[in-house]
Amino acid sequence: MLATALGSPAPFGQSQFAFMRGNAFEAKVKADGGAELLRLLYERLGGGAPEPAGDAAAPDLSAAGPEGRAARTALALREATAAGGWALLDHPMLALEVAGSPAYLEPDAVVVHPDGRWTVVEIKSFPMIDASADASKVGAAARQAAVYVLALERVAAVTEGAEVGHQVLLVCPKDFSNLPTASVVDVRKQRAVTRRQLTRLTRIEDIAAELPEGTTFDPACAPDELDAAVAAVPPAYAPECLAACELAFHCRAKSRAEGAVEALGRSVRGELGGLTTVAGVLAAAAGKEGDPADPTVAALRRAAALRAEALESAAALRAGSIGDHAGSGDDGTGGAGGTGSAVGTAGAGGTAGADGAGRTGSAAGTAGASEGQS
Amino acid sequence: MSLITTLARLEAVDSGRAQPLATVRHRHLTDRPLVLVPLTTAGEAGAPLGALVGTDRESPRLLAVAQPRDRDLRFAFLAELAEAVLPHIEAYADVVEPAERNETDPATGKKTKVEVELCTDAAQLVVPSRAGVEFVRLLGRSMRFRRTAEDDPDTPYPAPARVPLLGRWLTHYGERARVPGSSLLLAATDLLNRHWATGQSSLEDQHLGALLAWIDPPAGSSGAEAALRAELARDGEGQLLCPPAGPATDPDFDNRLLAPAIERYDRARTAFASAEDGLAADARLAELSGAEREIRSLLARVMLPTWDAVWRGLDLLRELPEGARAEDRWSRDRWSFTGHRDRVRSGEPPQPRRDDAVTAAQKLASRETAQAQLEAQEALDDPLVLAGRRLAGEAFLASVTDVEMTYTESKRPSPRPLVTVRTDERPHLAERTKVYRTLDGKPQTAEFVRYAGEPPADADGAVAEPVRADPEGGPRTGADGTAADDGEVLLVLRILDRMGRGKEPAPGSVPEPGDRIAWTLFEHDQRGGPKLPDPEETPWTHGGPPGADAATRAEHPDPVTPEDLL
Repeated sequence: MLATALGSPAPFGQSQFAFMRGNAFEAKVKADGGAELLRLLYERLGGGAPEPAGDAAAPDLSAAGPEGRAARTALALREATAAGGWALLDHPMLALEVAGSPAYLEPDAVVVHPDGRWTVVEIKSFPMIDASADASKVGAAARQAAVYVLALERVAAVTEGAEVGHQVLLVCPKDFSNLPTASVVDVRKQRAVTRRQLTRLTRIEDIAAELPEGTTFDPACAPDELDAAVAAVPPAYAPECLAACELAFHCRAKSRAEGAVEALGRSVRGELGGLTTVAGVLAAAAGKEGDPADPTVAALRRAAALRAEALESAAALRAGSIGDHAGSGDDGTGGAGGTGSAVGTAGAGGTAGADGAGRTGSAAGTAGASEGQS
Repeated sequence: MSLITTLARLEAVDSGRAQPLATVRHRHLTDRPLVLVPLTTAGEAGAPLGALVGTDRESPRLLAVAQPRDRDLRFAFLAELAEAVLPHIEAYADVVEPAERNETDPATGKKTKVEVELCTDAAQLVVPSRAGVEFVRLLGRSMRFRRTAEDDPDTPYPAPARVPLLGRWLTHYGERARVPGSSLLLAATDLLNRHWATGQSSLEDQHLGALLAWIDPPAGSSGAEAALRAELARDGEGQLLCPPAGPATDPDFDNRLLAPAIERYDRARTAFASAEDGLAADARLAELSGAEREIRSLLARVMLPTWDAVWRGLDLLRELPEGARAEDRWSRDRWSFTGHRDRVRSGEPPQPRRDDAVTAAQKLASRETAQAQLEAQEALDDPLVLAGRRLAGEAFLASVTDVEMTYTESKRPSPRPLVTVRTDERPHLAERTKVYRTLDGKPQTAEFVRYAGEPPADADGAVAEPVRADPEGGPRTGADGTAADDGEVLLVLRILDRMGRGKEPAPGSVPEPGDRIAWTLFEHDQRGGPKLPDPEETPWTHGGPPGADAATRAEHPDPVTPEDLL
């Protein structure tokens, strides 16, 4: 909404086909009190526990509001752990503090093992073809599950005999069917990363404190007022934002308008050292600005010279192949043509001339040499 | 991304137009590529929604699935796709030329030349984007294990006759596309990105419309503006003016236009099935075909812009002359094409789901070789690519100032001329570093001896730092004040080969003073790595020989269930 009000709406949305397919698949996996799901889980993470034989508990988790549901979930988890049997919690609600304010999370399912272990189950509708799935989608699912594991750990800390498994069960359609298959994903790494990021996040109150008095992000405000408000929170735009953030197009426009080199990718920034704007880099490359002793500036100038030389030679070569053989025509060896070395020599004939012309001639010779081999 | 590429991108930002990254075309394009623009159903694996396919830009063949969840309709689509693609492939399979191939005799271990057929050309497939290449692979995987009624009369849901064969070909094309520099299956975005640098990130470059907007913006508009329009502009109905190049569709298209149309189709179909008499059935059939036509026209509407964009991209690429060595890589593609043709004809089973250890290692090794070869060939074909290697110190341009003949100390002395060259570049040379140049299309090897102006290297082989050459007897200062970088050095190189068998080098095989020559520090031809063991010799560390459990490993067709969505 904010992005639309700013004039850069984000092209996000989900197709109802994907939505329907995802729901249908999840319903299929959880059908019959989750019998299929528990079978898959037992097969892969059963350990020494007795097989769940249709007697798994499926506590009712409905309550009013997210706080109520989170409390209900914690209670159900405690009861199930104390009962010492299998239990399947369908869409539990978990709370996690993010940047100082509570966020509510809803995993697809959490299974309580008889030994008190809790396992997060993530049901996704992308296929596992020949036992492997798209790595980026699996990675995203693992990061998502890691957040659930973190949230569950807070509940487990106050529940006797409970332990959260760091292995989560990823359930996907098998090959091109809608039969479920599952794979165990170890999320220790993602959990550690998320935990670290959560502790490092600036608290929302701190960000808000930095803002000028009276700043509002109400989409009903005038666009320029909103623009100023958004600008008060400094963004760190990189092209990766486009896949995730609704404000990315807005930030991209700002970043481009400033001529920031990051708009071309984070790696670009790394290559260019202290030069941060497009104009600055080009001026340095053209020799108008910058300290030649700076290795980045020196490398840029050299790159610019080499690039210009190559382009010039290619243009000369193309002009030559269309009409006259300008560089080599008046040179004795040039007439021989054909072989690489002869063309090379012809190019050298050009070098004998003025310094500037020599460059063109020589490079044309190189290109000619490669052409001679066809 | 090398600094020279980054610079090109920044220039593109500045000028508002994409800048060249190559001066020649580094991929072979056949006269009649088959362009395939596929669409898939969101959320379903390999459930095609439609496709435009053909070799004639004026008349694409439109294939559509009115209800992608219906297995019969999907099979009908795949059968139609097979009819569009396979004749194109088969047209190339029978035009052959004799060729020779080295084969090792299994009994004697001797290498012999075998006369074989090689297709004179191969069928080329072009899809809009990299996701399209992946989709071709996926389609191949979804089809090659299907059973037709002929394979197995008892199969519950037999696939149309030619569908498994198309699956095997598409699998082969998808697999070949992973070999660097291959051109059997190309993505238009990859092709364009290889040859132009835009003023946006490589992530945004995956959008075919935005990419073309940068390369060839409409008159009076900058690349950035045109690209933004391609990314976001929508018409009155809220539909993108430049629909995604697929195979994924725009969610807004799915929700606002396609889903209602499919629903109408489903209703019409139910009504038709429940029609009681001929007259009612006729009316309802008309309704049904009307609903189907609507879906087809909707799909055509979102695929046609992509279809045109692919052809426009090919036009732009054809303006560049083809690199001299692209033909050599294409001949490898022809070998690959011919090899697969032979495997299909000899009745081999479809490609396995997973490669065994030896095959996987071989594929990896050949891709590594192909990568190194591609990098070398592109640099030799294209001064702009060579410039990048020169910047990295992996090649240099030098003019010959002096040649001194020396000979090997043996009973039959061979020439080993010492060539002194002058360059203002700073290649990464150490003593005896091999450098290469092209001579009559073949690489000639030389080794670096020392920097001139210094005594020959000490006994312990240390090479001193370069000494600045100043033939005029005064320090040279560059006009722009970058004296340190402008300094020229003299290098002594010893030519090692390609001078003939005699005592005196063959004419023209030794550089002469005044020659300007491009030397590279990388080899021009790539040799394959050491030979891998036969599959029967696979060590236990890699799963052991595949033979023992071959029966259990035999590929079974994918299971089908009555309620399969796919």
